[in-house]
Order: sequence, then C-alpha cells, then structure tokens
Amino acid sequence: MSANRTGVPGGYAGKWLDIDLTKDKIETVTFPYGILEQYFGGRGIAAKILWDRVGEKWSELDSLAPENPFIVATGPMTGIYPGARICVSGKSPANNGVIGSTAATETAVELKNAGYDGIIFTGKSETPVYLLITDNGVELVDAKHLWGLDSEETVIKLNKEVRDTLAKKMPRVGLWKEPATMYIGPAGENLVRNSAVCTKICHACGYGGYGALMGSKNLKAIAVKSRGKFPQVDAPETVKVLWRKVHADLIAVSPMRRWGTGAMGYGAGFGTSSEPIRNWQEEWHDEKQLGVNRYMDKYWVKVKWADFNCTTNCMKVSCIKNGKWKGDITDVPDYELQAYCGTNFGIYDAGDNIHLSTLMDKLGHSGINGANTVGLAAELYQRGILTEEDIGFKLEWGDVDAFDKLTRMMAYREGIGDILAEGSYRAAIKIAEMKGLPKKDVLKYVVHVKGIEIGAHGTRSDMDYTHDMTYAASVQGGDHTANVIDGYNDMSGNLYFDSAVYCSFTARGPSVALQFDFAKAVTGFPINITSWRKVNGPRITTLQKAFLLMGGPDLTWEPIKDDDNPPRYYEPLPSGPWKGKTTDKERVDLKIQAYFETLGWDARGIPKKETLERLDLGFLEKHMAKYR
Amino acid sequence: MSKPIWIARDPAMCSGCRRCELICSMEHEGWMWPDASRIRVFMPFPGIEVPHLCAQCMDYPCIAGCPTKALSKDPNTGAVLVDRAKCISCGACIRACPGSVPYMHPGDNKATICDLCGGSPKCVEVCAEAGYNCLTLVNEPPNVHRKIYSRNPYDTAKDLAVKLFGEKGEEVIE
Ligand code: SF4
Ligand code: SF4
Repeated sequence: MSANRTGVPGGYAGKWLDIDLTKDKIETVTFPYGILEQYFGGRGIAAKILWDRVGEKWSELDSLAPENPFIVATGPMTGIYPGARICVSGKSPANNGVIGSTAATETAVELKNAGYDGIIFTGKSETPVYLLITDNGVELVDAKHLWGLDSEETVIKLNKEVRDTLAKKMPRVGLWKEPATMYIGPAGENLVRNSAVCTKICHACGYGGYGALMGSKNLKAIAVKSRGKFPQVDAPETVKVLWRKVHADLIAVSPMRRWGTGAMGYGAGFGTSSEPIRNWQEEWHDEKQLGVNRYMDKYWVKVKWADFNCTTNCMKVSCIKNGKWKGDITDVPDYELQAYCGTNFGIYDAGDNIHLSTLMDKLGHSGINGANTVGLAAELYQRGILTEEDIGFKLEWGDVDAFDKLTRMMAYREGIGDILAEGSYRAAIKIAEMKGLPKKDVLKYVVHVKGIEIGAHGTRSDMDYTHDMTYAASVQGGDHTANVIDGYNDMSGNLYFDSAVYCSFTARGPSVALQFDFAKAVTGFPINITSWRKVNGPRITTLQKAFLLMGGPDLTWEPIKDDDNPPRYYEPLPSGPWKGKTTDKERVDLKIQAYFETLGWDARGIPKKETLERLDLGFLEKHMAKYR
Repeated sequence: MSKPIWIARDPAMCSGCRRCELICSMEHEGWMWPDASRIRVFMPFPGIEVPHLCAQCMDYPCIAGCPTKALSKDPNTGAVLVDRAKCISCGACIRACPGSVPYMHPGDNKATICDLCGGSPKCVEVCAEAGYNCLTLVNEPPNVHRKIYSRNPYDTAKDLAVKLFGEKGEEVIE
C-alpha cells in the first residue's frame, strides 16, 4: 500500500453522489485514497460502502426496505480501458448477500465525466422519480409518466425528454447528444426478486435482483449527460500507448468479433454438452436451427455492434422484420439468452428465441434468472406438481406462446406469476407449501446456488469453462461471470474486472501483465497480478462471504450445506457424448476445502481471525467469531 | 499541393465503438474527451449510431455566416479552420450549417469543427484498423454531394432505423 497518500488517485472522478430518496436530499461523499486503493471500485467499493452503511444490522435488514442502499459504481478503469461497464450492488433481493452486477453502458462514461465515480441511493421516494445528472446539476425528476413503460418505451421517451430539457437549458452549445440511461422495466417495478437493472434496451445487470431494489425505491431510471472529460490518470502518455496496444490485441480475436457468444447456442449444446435444456434435464443437443448462421443470415441487421470504447464488438443487432414477432429488436441474442430463452424452454427456433429474449428485456426481467424461474415452472408442470389449473393454461416445452404468457404474468405478478416473481428458490418453497409437499421435493428441481439461479454453463460434462466447484464455492452463487475455477481464479478473474469495472470480454486477448500495467498507469497504485490475488481479491471476496454468512432476515445460507451445487448437477447426463457423466461430489468437497484454505477461511468457510487482520478486515472479527 | 481529401461515411457500418471520438480528443485535446471530439457519434436508439462531422460543403455556409471571420478554409485540405481568438461564441455557424455540425467546445466555449487533422484524419485510421470502415478517406475533388451529408444526425438516424428495423424503425426515435 502506498501509505499516507492523499487526494484523488488517477482514473477516479473523486466524488460520489449520496442521495436520500425519502428526504429528497442530494449530497456528495468522498472516499480516502487508501480505501480506493484497497477496494478499487465497482464490486469492491460497493461491498465496503454496504459494510459502512449497514454493517452490524445486516441480518435484520430487509433487502426491499428503504434502508437498503442501492449502489451504482464505476471503477478507475471504466471507460478508459476498453469496454466500459457499470456495476450495481446492494443487499441482494435475490439472496440477501452482495452481488456486483455489471452491464455495458454509456451511463458509466457519462457519470464519470460528469464528475462522479458512483451513486449511493437510500430511502424511498414517495412517487416514481428518475435521477437526472447534467452539467447543470443533479435533480430528481417526476417519473409518473414513465412508470409502467417497458425498456424500449423508456429509452425512447427518456432520450427525447432529456434532449429537449438540455436544449432548453443550454441552447447555445449546439446539438445535444442523447443521454445515457439505466432503468427498470415492469418486472423491477413489481419487485420481481430476480429482475434486472437494464440499459440500451437489451443489456442488463441481471444477477442479484437489483431491478427490484430500484423498484422498491420508486426509482425508475438514471439519465446522465455531461460534456466533461475523463478524469486525469497517473501516466497519461503511457495510457495512450497502452490503449492502442490493448485494442490491437482485441482486434486480433476474430471469432468473438464475428459471432460474439452467439455461436454457442449450438456450440455449448453440441460441442461441450453444457447447455440448459428443459430446465437442465439435458445438456446436449444437435439442433442446427440454433446455429449462429441461422441468426446471422436471417436476423442480424448489424454484425459488428460495440459498446463504448470496445473493439471486441461481441454484440450483433437482431431484428425480426416480418411475421408473428415483427418489430422485435435485441442483440445477438447472446449465448446466455439463446440458451435460457431457447433450449431451456425446449425452443430451438431462432425467431422464437429472439422473441422471448426481447420480451425478457422489454419487461425488465433478467433473461438468465427470470428465464430460469419460468423454466422451473415448466418442469413442475411436466411433473404434475403445477397443473393447468394453477397456471391457467398448458405449459408444454417448446410452446412459445405459453412461455410468452408466463413471462408476462411473472412481470406483473398475475396469478401464478406472483409466486414465480419471488425467484426460483423462494418460489419453489412457496409452491411446496401451496401443494403440501416437503420443501426438498420441489427444491430438487431448482437450479441455483445460494439463491442465485445458475448461468447457462453446466458442470456435468466438465467440458465448459465452468467446473465442479465453480458455482458451489462462489460468493456470487450461480453467477456465471463470478465463477471460481481454482483457488486463485476468483481473485484474478471477474472480481478484478467487476472492481476495475470493465468488460471481461475486453480482457480476452491482451495479456494479464498488459492489463495490470494499464491499471498501474491509470491509478498510480503499485498494483500487479500478485497483489491482486493475494490482497485485494481475497479482501473483497472475504467481505462478500461475511455478508453471505450474515444473510437474513428471511433467508440465510448455511456454511458447507449451501456451499454446494444443486441436486440436478449430480444427476448423470441422460444424453450426448458424455452420457452418464456427472459432477464429482468428492472433488467438489475437496476443492472447496482447498479454496477455503487458500483464502484463509476455516474448514466451514468462516474467515479466520488472522485472515481478517491481514486483509484489514478487523471490523468483521466480532461477527465472524459467532459463526466459527 | 496535396491531394484533396474527404471522409466518406456510412452510418450503417458504425459499430458505436466511439474510438473515433477518443482518438480525436486525444489528438486535439490531449486526453479522452468524447464531447470535445470533432467527430461525435449520436445514438438516439441503441443500435442506431450516427457519426456526425463536418462535410466540407463546397459553398461553406458556415464561413459565410460567421460575423467575425473566425472561420476559414484550409487551402490544402478544404477543412474549416477556426480562429479561436476571433470566435465570439455567437452560434451563427451552427445555425448556418445544414447539419448543425459545429458546436461550442465544452472547455473554451468556442466553435469547434473537424480540421481533417491537417490531412491524415485519426478517426479514419482507428475505424479502419478495427475493420469497421464506417469512415473512409477518399481522394476526390469537392462535389455537390458533400453538402447533403451535412445533415441533422437525428434525421439520419431515423432513416437508418427504417433501413435496419423496417417499419418498426419509424417508431424508435422521437
Ligand atoms: S470509429 Fe468508426 S465504428 Fe467506431 S464509432 Fe467511430 S465511426 Fe463508428
Ligand atoms: S458541414 Fe457545416 S461546418 Fe462543415 S462546411 Fe458545411 S456548413 Fe461548414
């Protein structure tokens, strides 16, 4: 640590917005140099803020109560390093832990250039509002006219409205660009527990259910337009050179640029046998209709679509121009949604898949998490646990209209949708109660880890990048972007990107050394891969672990018992080249122990006293002692 | 005399990467500053990205419209040059330009227009490097069509939306 340094490190705007929605009070806060060096930004600093603001009261705090902070965070690298993203956090309405949930958006860039590294919202507005940040100031604007609108409508309305406001307030500067926006759809408004914070019509901070947190605060959107420049960095000339170098490396990664993750709808099914099919009953298929060329030839209207400062351009714009789903616009869909809004529903038609992906985004669901819940309902229907009477119609695999209907019901909490809106884990418990069944008889069909529905990468074939303990050990549960591969990956992998806040796909190509040189040139911190793995990474992970252990009030995760995969991941694969193979439970247990040991946690995953001291987390000792 | 140049542009090819804005501002401002870039990419709806920059109209209405003669034509490249000391930030050039291309700089509040980097535009370089080719450098004498490229980016975006999204495209930009 560069002891006693003060001021604002490179890459940071230097202050945060601190907004009390109950009192309509807008203030700013700053964080000391040392705290930024320790926690960086995004997921790291968000966890620290949550500790400072909630701390001891964590177990009693209802995730949907006004006191739960909703945090929007950039990081020092955001926008400067290729692939700008934003990170949202808070006590998760999905699992009572802390998830750093990210999405690519210009909002991150505008926010930083407006002079803010992030926003902390507490309280609850009496009526719907949106936060408007411009060079003219920060204000909460009435959003009654936006409440109830879907993603597309919200973007269209906000773009026009804010542009008009700016043109009126500052008419002499010339043409105003559109604002950058983040918002919730009906799902977030109706407190769907795994709903997303959305942006750019089809991008989402999906894990954690922070759409519901925004909804609980009556906060519909955040719109930002600034004309400011990026914060100063420690070594600007070096950064300029490295910026060009990183891009050269990204441009060399050709399959990603050509197909994005869109090639995996077929690839993960046929190639690696790790794709959710009918709520993970199978993971293998040979359905060429899901081949990337079927999307490309018929639906892609823009083959190279990039977010801010990105040349990986994994995004492709899809549009259905005629037929039943005419007018649907989304991205690729990316692999996750090809799987979750496709094979997971037994749907293999590219058009139907685009439609359901678009619908998820329009309604503000997380296309992974929400679709996992809808898929669960379909399996419960298949098994006769849920009936036609419960649902209101037949819910057969492959029936796009039925899945369309149920997805809407979940967003508006209509009928059975009201139960499903609680997210897969809580919904299963409610359904068990409703049916008078033992909880485990329904929970065995829920594919989640610690209340977070698992991303579309299975572990049974062991052929994907996700393995035995990837989800089981992760402090973000089923989040496929926060996976743990060995004792070190967690510390050097996405936790880093989520705290520096840039895209994990703009990290593919450039070497790790190059990325850390970049970080050093931006921040001036003496950071490198070793310090990240040994200190910063474990610090943030350990803090997140503490939150998980504290949990509550309605759900708490048990050490060891809940550090595990869902039952389905131990069933043998029923088909494909790896038929019969399954996740090796013994290996999971062994590797989890090794992982705990690496992190300095005890055999039950409780952080040890000396670990807390070493990581400057002494404030946790009193609380962790209770669990040892 | 150097060859005449022009930046040909095809918004349908724009990825929205904004590297043109970043390199332009690094070149002219010394640091990343998207809103002080001489090329600005508008995104009125996600997927509809329109790079907006001077088209070097043959009749240069901006130069004619400036009351203080702050604007002049670069004899080599044809770019519009701004004499920042003479500019009084009146906005006459913005009003005179068919596409409202010039804007007042967020730093010094003076008219800001693409100077073609003196002959080798950086934006074209990075756009081509990434294989997007939304911007391409052409060597051809001035022609009447350049001026029709000086167009409000929201209008261009509305057309592009119809091209990409069909009928639905008519609804996505208000
Ligand atoms: S560099 Fe090219 S592709 Fe990227 S935003 Fe600019 S014009 Fe568009
Ligand atoms: S496009 Fe606008 S700024 Fe450029 S020459 Fe024409 S009138 Fe002048």
